[in-house]
Amino acid sequence: MNRIVRIVLPAALLALAATASAQAPAKGKLTDGVVKIGVLTDMTGYYADLAGPGSVVAARMAVEDFGGKVLGQPIVVVSADHQLKADVASNTARRWFDQEQVDAIVDLVSSSTAGAVMPIAAEKKRITLLSGPGTTAFTGDKCTGYNVHWTYNNWALANGTGREVVKQGGESWYFVTADYIFGKSLEEDTSRVVKSAGGKVLGAARHPSPGTTDFSSYLLQAQSSGAKIIGLANAGADTVNCIRQANEFGVTPKQSLAGLLVFITDVHSLGLDAAKGLYLTTSFYWDLNDETRKWSKRFLEKHGKMPTMVQAGVYSAVSHYLRAIRAAGTDDADAVMKGMKATPVNDFFAKNGRIGPDGLHRHDMYLVRVKAPKDSKAPWDYYEIVKTIPAAEAFPTVEAQACPLARK
Amino acid sequence: MQAIFGQLLVGLINGSFYALLSLGLAIIFGLLGVVNFAHGALYMVGAFAAWMLLTMFGIGYFPALLLAPAIVGVIGVVLERLLLRRLYGLDPLYGLLLTFGLTLIAEGLFHQAYGNSGQSYPVPELLRGGFQLGFMYLPLYRAWVVGVSLVVCAASWFVIEKTKLGAYLRAGTENPKLLQAFGVNVPVMFTITYGFGVALAAFAGVMAAPVYGVTPLMGSSVIMVVFAVVVIGGMGSIAGSIFTGIGVGLVEGLTRYLYPEASAVVVFVLMAIVLLVRPAGLFGRER
Repeated sequence: MNRIVRIVLPAALLALAATASAQAPAKGKLTDGVVKIGVLTDMTGYYADLAGPGSVVAARMAVEDFGGKVLGQPIVVVSADHQLKADVASNTARRWFDQEQVDAIVDLVSSSTAGAVMPIAAEKKRITLLSGPGTTAFTGDKCTGYNVHWTYNNWALANGTGREVVKQGGESWYFVTADYIFGKSLEEDTSRVVKSAGGKVLGAARHPSPGTTDFSSYLLQAQSSGAKIIGLANAGADTVNCIRQANEFGVTPKQSLAGLLVFITDVHSLGLDAAKGLYLTTSFYWDLNDETRKWSKRFLEKHGKMPTMVQAGVYSAVSHYLRAIRAAGTDDADAVMKGMKATPVNDFFAKNGRIGPDGLHRHDMYLVRVKAPKDSKAPWDYYEIVKTIPAAEAFPTVEAQACPLARK
Repeated sequence: MQAIFGQLLVGLINGSFYALLSLGLAIIFGLLGVVNFAHGALYMVGAFAAWMLLTMFGIGYFPALLLAPAIVGVIGVVLERLLLRRLYGLDPLYGLLLTFGLTLIAEGLFHQAYGNSGQSYPVPELLRGGFQLGFMYLPLYRAWVVGVSLVVCAASWFVIEKTKLGAYLRAGTENPKLLQAFGVNVPVMFTITYGFGVALAAFAGVMAAPVYGVTPLMGSSVIMVVFAVVVIGGMGSIAGSIFTGIGVGLVEGLTRYLYPEASAVVVFVLMAIVLLVRPAGLFGRER
């Protein structure tokens, strides 16, 4: 008897709690009295340095600079760790949308999590502002009407770095690729650019990610391929380890590395000696002009590190989103999306940036080269700007995208 | 052909780590009958101990190679005295659950304190550089890993198989009660064995630090493979675990050459085949 009570009682309580929460009234978006922005990112994992807590800092700065209120209602920033897992990301998104009145989710670093959350947001008519992930298809065949891909995409990286490296004589390529949607997409985009620029692709070695720490066997394959350029179609700690181990195993300088997605935090942890000479494409660098320097210094004071393009993109995206709410006079997702797409983006991050019907934010990108230690005059003085790639060249045109929304 | 030599050599390097780790596991399982799931976590703690010695006290790699295993060995002794001891004679599942719990706690603590991206540990000055072998460039540090692991494994094997202390250990594995009746203090022997086993894990951790970096999850990524190694070699077989550790590294290397996508799975396929054909493992005996 006693035992039955012990088992049945908690079960009954649980069931009661479940029905109670199911019966809680669903609040309308307009009447919930708050604009809530959820930063869903990788707080402690492989991408925590390039997004993570820094993205939360950037979102809070954007809200602070906006005045903390929109349409007389408070703006709240919440954050959560998706641990790079698609299921954790989608569960958090559902909870945020269904129970916690979150209006927009930003960052979503790692394409697997972004790919899981975007359809949920679209179904529930809430907005996703992607800053961390790179997969081109998010504004291609996977596009939704409630998404903006803000900071960069793989097409832009491939186009910027791939084209320039081939032009400099690196015509044969071998890829070391992270074996998931992001890496494959980056490899595919870069291969296309390399081939169209007259180069050739000799092969690719795909490594599990995250979780690979020893890249020696992949690098040896790249070495024995005889390719002039080893393209690193991975990110974060994977890229850092690849570059470090390529030095260790004497792959460089005989063959050159092309980092397809390298963040300033990666360069910082590698050190200039290991990273010097590396070409990379970025949408943001702190030392571009007075505006970027001013904002980045503030960020540095709060966060202790210079912002990556992902973190700067979070600030820019959140600010644009809030301005669109003010202009539309509502936080209704359809109206806000319309406003965001109709208004050019002008801030320290983007000059005259435009969001297309496919949801891609087109803005200038920069091809940069990592400085040698002797040329670096100050802390974080890492990049030399090789050229500015204008928005029209940096991103695929709306017509070239496989997004059904772009066809209207 | 060049490529295959390169992959085999890399396999040998990884195999050395597998051998060091599975050796400790096999010793602990052989004598205590405990499936020490915490082995990976203690390997991680060993790497962190070396990193802390360096960053906080300025103690370099070579002293750390002895100090870190000693520290972790002491932690192991405390764990054995306080916790593991209570589970002897029970189903091995209890030991597995306890050590699994300890793993989660240790990983959680380090995760909280240092995040996931990890700390880098420099290769010691003396071991930088490398050799040009013709088919590949072998960094000196990796050669050192292979050499030292082989020496440590051989020494452990020698102690266990050829000395009086080792004879006691082996007798304890066969029949602890009888050994105690002969006047050997078996409980102390158990404690020392556990301490030594986990010290080996920490030793591997220090060796790994300059190669893989120091991260809270470095243990869990390697422990699965190491368990597979122990199963393939035969639970509790000392020589078996050493040979299998190196062998599995080589098979992995070969797979990376022939069919890279399968390199993460091949160990477990091998394990499944061995379990089907020889359930006691390649070097194990049916009980």
